[in-house]
Amino acid sequence: MTDHDTKPHLTRPHLLDLLRRMILIRQFEEKCAELYSAQKIHGFLHLYIGEEAGAVGCMEALDPDDAVVATYREHGQALARGISPGAVMAEMYGKQEGCSGGRGGSMHIFDADTRFYGGNAIVGGGLPLAVGLALADKMQGRARVTACFFGDGAVAEGEFHEALNLAALWKLPVLFICENNLYAMGTALTLTESETDIHLKAASYGMEASRIDGMDVVAVEAAAREAADAIRSGDGPHFLECRTYRFRAHSMFDAQLYRDKAEVEQWRAKGPVVRFTNWLRASGNLHDSDLQVIEDEVATEIEAAVAFAEAGTWEPVEQLARDVYAGMPTP
Amino acid sequence: MTGTTATSAQTTYREAIRESIRDAMIRDERVFLMGEDVGHYGGCFAVSMGLLDEFGPERIRDTPLSESGFVGAGIGAAMGGMRPIVEIMTVNFSLLALDQIVNNAATLRHMSGGQFGVPIVIRMATGGGKQVAAQHSHSLEGWYAHIPGIKVLAPATLEDARGMLWTALEDPDPVLIFEHVLLYNMQGDLSPDAGPVDISRAAIRRPGKDISLITYGGMLAKTLAAADDLSAQGIDAEVIDLRSLRPLDMPTILDSVTRTRRAVIVDEGWRSGSLSAEISARIMEAAFYELDAPVSRVCSAEVPLPYPAHLEKAALPQTADIVEAARALFGENV
Repeated sequence: MTDHDTKPHLTRPHLLDLLRRMILIRQFEEKCAELYSAQKIHGFLHLYIGEEAGAVGCMEALDPDDAVVATYREHGQALARGISPGAVMAEMYGKQEGCSGGRGGSMHIFDADTRFYGGNAIVGGGLPLAVGLALADKMQGRARVTACFFGDGAVAEGEFHEALNLAALWKLPVLFICENNLYAMGTALTLTESETDIHLKAASYGMEASRIDGMDVVAVEAAAREAADAIRSGDGPHFLECRTYRFRAHSMFDAQLYRDKAEVEQWRAKGPVVRFTNWLRASGNLHDSDLQVIEDEVATEIEAAVAFAEAGTWEPVEQLARDVYAGMPTP
Repeated sequence: MTGTTATSAQTTYREAIRESIRDAMIRDERVFLMGEDVGHYGGCFAVSMGLLDEFGPERIRDTPLSESGFVGAGIGAAMGGMRPIVEIMTVNFSLLALDQIVNNAATLRHMSGGQFGVPIVIRMATGGGKQVAAQHSHSLEGWYAHIPGIKVLAPATLEDARGMLWTALEDPDPVLIFEHVLLYNMQGDLSPDAGPVDISRAAIRRPGKDISLITYGGMLAKTLAAADDLSAQGIDAEVIDLRSLRPLDMPTILDSVTRTRRAVIVDEGWRSGSLSAEISARIMEAAFYELDAPVSRVCSAEVPLPYPAHLEKAALPQTADIVEAARALFGENV
């Protein structure tokens, strides 16, 4: 096991790396929106723009052999986890060079190398999987963490409560991360939940639960490190409610009739990238030239990802039925 | 069932399953049993009685009444390297876990481009006949047989009750095992060295030349009884036990039907949109010109299963119904 610091490394290279990764997610998704309009990407496309600090901050707390379970809004988690942008983009295109072989698309990113277990598009459905992955680790004596991302919408599902109860009851090493962006698709949390302080629900199951500023990447990293460290030491599950906001529509089919433009603008002003950039500038950690270099490097990386996806190939139709089953065992 | 040998011993279907679980737990430390009341209570059908004492609470794991939660946890544990046996009390309760079974267990291998498999076994009771009415008695295994990505088994004999579990655990994909509630008390001789059996082929439980009676699970005994009655009436019926409902062993079915030229499918599920409909269609597609009569079916009445014994009996397929359906295919030639 590596040495786990509970405090973020507030060194300049680390801070610039956090910024770089948020910008990578931001630019990657802006490119995705473009490519969707250009009909290169089809189906559903759920953008994470505005919520980047959650994925980037939390992944800092994970080791390579930890596991991640995410939702259909998971491009940010996938990139922050270290899946190559090319493999993610090729998956969006549906090409067989994609990280799921093109079978899943935007909502179903999987990657065995980084233990990235989806890409689960049934709201709440990933939580029991995370509980099971953690149960396997506990039963096999491995000190690993399973990080489980989900939104505020999942809190209304029975599977949320079943999974939290099981994880707490069996003291399983799960880091639950609720990215509360205040809307379950187009319905405000206040219209669907009797208790809108979600971490209080988690606390009622007997686990450590806290609410954090999900727009502050350093705060997220600090909280995630502390939680992951406690989980690794056998403390059972921890729960983080990241208060955040989705700047874009729920999916590409959303006219956003359910919220005011002014509300969106208010949140944009305190967005994770702009806010962190300003703080880095003010603290003397970032100069205009640094930002330019980061943005240029990221743009080049995304260009390469798009080129990789464009050059990708379609899975032969003859392979349609492959991987429905692995094979038939003999007694 | 095989004949009695010097070393065979009287056992029950319940005990055969328990022994298969014990055997699997001993063979492979990754195997554990999880479900409602499987530990301290001993299993709602007493299948796991005594296993908690032998293997402890980590591996004989009582769960809360959270079907979706613990089935999903089983799927996650399977992906994490364990070999879980998840018990659900009845198929009716499995509907609370339908999301995990259909949206996750069945899809993950394909959706992940072959990166993640789900080697889980989910056991559950199915079927009617115990007067427990419309929320504990249905036969929904045919629904599960509709789903690509999972396999569906129905052990109807002591050998299969004893032998299917280990092979299913060896399977890299999710396997559902349906145990008919009326079979748990079935007694018979089982060789002490009975072990794993294949889970891909149908079995001819009674050879015959005049008609093929195709069935599985809880309907096998009634179908064999019907074959005896038919024999007394001069009709030599072959009885096929499907054993696996998905995949279906069509070669065995088609070979039989091609020889006998007549088929009756006996399925405790409802007729509409059912497994019996699927088998009938496949026979028609592949062996239409071999048939001397239309394929016939004996299924449950299309009602939620009622509580009173006389109504429940009327709703479920009975031996006389099978005999009648078989005789009808011979017209006046019997």
